[in-house]
Amino acid sequence: MDKFNPVQLWKRFLALPNDSLAKTFGVAFLVAFTCAAVVSVTAVTLKPLHELNLKHDREARLAEMIAALPGMMDILSEADADTLETVIVDLDRGEIDTVIDPGQFDYLAAQSKMEVTTPIPADADIAGIVRRPNHAPVHLLRDGQSLVLVVLPIYGTGYQSTIRAYLALEGDLATIAAVSIFEQKETPGLGTRITDPAWLALWEGRQGFDETGAVRISVVKGGASGRFEIDAISGATRSSMGVGNLVQFWLGDFGFGPFLKRLKEGGVR
Amino acid sequence: MTQGNFRHFAAPIIDNNPVTLQILGICSALAVTTSLATSITMSIALTAVLVCSSVVISVIRKHLPTSIRLVMQITIIASLVIVTDQILKGYAFEMSQRLSIFVGLIVTNCLVLARAEGFAMHNKPWPSFLDGLGNGLGYSLVLILVGTIRELFGTGNLLGYNVFATIETGGWFQPLGLMLLAPSAFFIIGLLIWVIRSLRPQQVESPDFMIRTPDAGGGND
Repeated sequence: MDKFNPVQLWKRFLALPNDSLAKTFGVAFLVAFTCAAVVSVTAVTLKPLHELNLKHDREARLAEMIAALPGMMDILSEADADTLETVIVDLDRGEIDTVIDPGQFDYLAAQSKMEVTTPIPADADIAGIVRRPNHAPVHLLRDGQSLVLVVLPIYGTGYQSTIRAYLALEGDLATIAAVSIFEQKETPGLGTRITDPAWLALWEGRQGFDETGAVRISVVKGGASGRFEIDAISGATRSSMGVGNLVQFWLGDFGFGPFLKRLKEGGVR
Repeated sequence: MTQGNFRHFAAPIIDNNPVTLQILGICSALAVTTSLATSITMSIALTAVLVCSSVVISVIRKHLPTSIRLVMQITIIASLVIVTDQILKGYAFEMSQRLSIFVGLIVTNCLVLARAEGFAMHNKPWPSFLDGLGNGLGYSLVLILVGTIRELFGTGNLLGYNVFATIETGGWFQPLGLMLLAPSAFFIIGLLIWVIRSLRPQQVESPDFMIRTPDAGGGND
């Protein structure tokens, strides 16, 4: 019997008639394997770059959202560039965690680690995130001593993708100043209209909480009225409702609710 | 480059242009030509995919079983498109956001598969390379032309620089909103085909059927 010879074997493989079963399977496998390898290598190599781009994009949107709010530019230009203070909040206790350095905290990584997340009861999980990180960054903007803006990062499931957004509350911690969506993969042309500035503008001035402190904000299908309701986009009802759920969840007890309550009572710091 | 090979490269640019003569790749030509910058990026992406897929398919053409050759071609094209999309996302993030799904849709662009099946399957790598490049440039030419017209008349800008001072900024130019909508690309491509076929009457197709006239006979009256 001949010695195992890869070159010989390869030549014999190539010499097979094209329509033979072995050749068909062999070629299909080799092409698929090579293509898969090329795609994987590219994806893995470029991943750090993609994440960096997304991070810059996120920061740019935060800056853009704050700049678009009336009066915010004046406050920002009066003081130094770093007036926007970032703190890490312990969501369970509703307090600022001074141990974690905000500059080093990786919120995205914290969302997927078992040790630093808490499961949410199914009936309370309206944002569809299953587990919630124990810590989250919050951006605070002060004018002198008084708080003028609180920016909360929120995320959760929309119709078919994870929606990530910033929710800005005014100094009274109940009035919504702005919503800015920076990441979503909803249906192009339909669900993606949740990023439409005209729709996001509807959120401005709506109230997140009523006088008793209960979360009242909601997205409704047609005929929104009053200070707690926002009209869903027709053709993108599920995605709009998804955004409503995110806001509801993150203002609620499992989200930033405890922190906002303490902040309001002056219990923080 | 010999005379024969040069033909593969030069012919698709105007004489046998994939968009204006073969009417391929119209979908992306409508969608991405609202500005010149997106048109150029899309042109580069498509040309790169087309050239690479033509060469790769040409190299392995003798070993592709006929029964699965289309699947294999699409697999290769799709992989190249993913790689292109990833590179765009990495190095031209903002542009990839503006092009959204249209880079991904190169996979379904008939032009790429048509060149793979129609040319690369029967020719050596070097002519296939030239054919891919020629077709890519022919497509690019139309896209860039349409993109220039649409951005210039739709916004008064070109590549973001102001060319015509618009009324809003105190100038004289009233931007044509229609130019930014998809139908305008149809109009421009239609006019382009008209111009090319007037200059080169051999491109005019014979009608599929003749309209019956009373004096031409054939009636039963």
